[in-house]
Amino acid sequence: MRDLRSPLSRVKGLGSAREGTGHFWHQRLTALLLIPLALWIGFCIAALPADYATLAAWVRQPLVTVALVLLIIAVFYHAQLGLQIVIEDYVASHAGRTLVLLISNLLCLLFGTVGVISVLKISFGA
Amino acid sequence: MAEFTLPANSVIKPGKLFKAAAGVTNIKRFVVYRYDPGSGENPYTDTYEVDMDSCGPMVLDALLKIKDEMDATLSLRRSCREGICGSCSMNIDGGNTLACTQSIASIKGDVKVYPLPHQPVVKDLVSDLTNFYAQYASVEPWMKTDTATPPDRERLQSREDREKLDGLYECILCACCSTSCPSYWWNSDRYLGPAALLNAYRWIVDSRDEAAGERLDELEDPFKLYRCHTIMNCTKVCPKGLNPAKAIAETKKLMVQRKI
Repeated sequence: MRDLRSPLSRVKGLGSAREGTGHFWHQRLTALLLIPLALWIGFCIAALPADYATLAAWVRQPLVTVALVLLIIAVFYHAQLGLQIVIEDYVASHAGRTLVLLISNLLCLLFGTVGVISVLKISFGA
Repeated sequence: MAEFTLPANSVIKPGKLFKAAAGVTNIKRFVVYRYDPGSGENPYTDTYEVDMDSCGPMVLDALLKIKDEMDATLSLRRSCREGICGSCSMNIDGGNTLACTQSIASIKGDVKVYPLPHQPVVKDLVSDLTNFYAQYASVEPWMKTDTATPPDRERLQSREDREKLDGLYECILCACCSTSCPSYWWNSDRYLGPAALLNAYRWIVDSRDEAAGERLDELEDPFKLYRCHTIMNCTKVCPKGLNPAKAIAETKKLMVQRKI
């Protein structure tokens, strides 16, 4: 079927989604938050011995628990936002894009939840 | 998926060599993209040996000399020949620019001339900018006000407010910026591109305009505005020395500012 719509009608399409600023702002905020958190976890991993008892005791300290949970949330939220951009850039078909976005969001949510629960289990568990 | 390779019927083949007349010593070779969509043939590149002793200094001078003296079938757009109309925008030596302000002497080796990237080709160096112009029209690039025009004078603007339009109003819509942007290549059906966004910002910051909020509303979209990933090809190639990337970044800042 020939598309007889005017070029302007095609460009205007379905109009503006009135959305995207939250995504843009959160991506930058999580990036900023990740700078100190990533440095902190890097130094800690380098300094701590690699046996379970010591690590578990370290994770149980309240401030460490909080920082670890924050780090995991920030990492996977930031990853979800970033992957969304890449998928929107490169997956052209609407159906394909929706499907890949759903899978990506679900995986980020899943890994993030597993991470947070793991930390909390060590922190509150026996 | 985004297109990373040319479709089979767009693969560029080598074309003819147009040799310089005997006795010509100062030769510069121009490798020029040729394509006629109606012919059913693939695009090809013709090579022209141009006598630089009888040619003007700019790439446009050479292209017109080729058309006048060597091969009348070459198609290109041009008008003002002094960088103000934006007609002769094309891809020269790997970068988008205006043929009329690009000096030949500054290009080492053969001069490769192609149409603007990732646009439909009408013929040879003439690309179809219908979508680009529609995107410009979609940002409604005119003054919008609720306050009636004063009957006895113009709408006034302070010197400082007028200076905010410098670096924006000079855009000549040559499309060098938008067609150099990878994000525009992949998503130009929905992403407005640097030229349209620079012009949208030009009206958002105009102190006389009263529709900044509605203009921001229209731009706030994951594709229309937020496909810009600050790649900055736009600013690098702009033949007028403008900075569309900065205009887009300022627009994003305004978007955040009105939310917080």
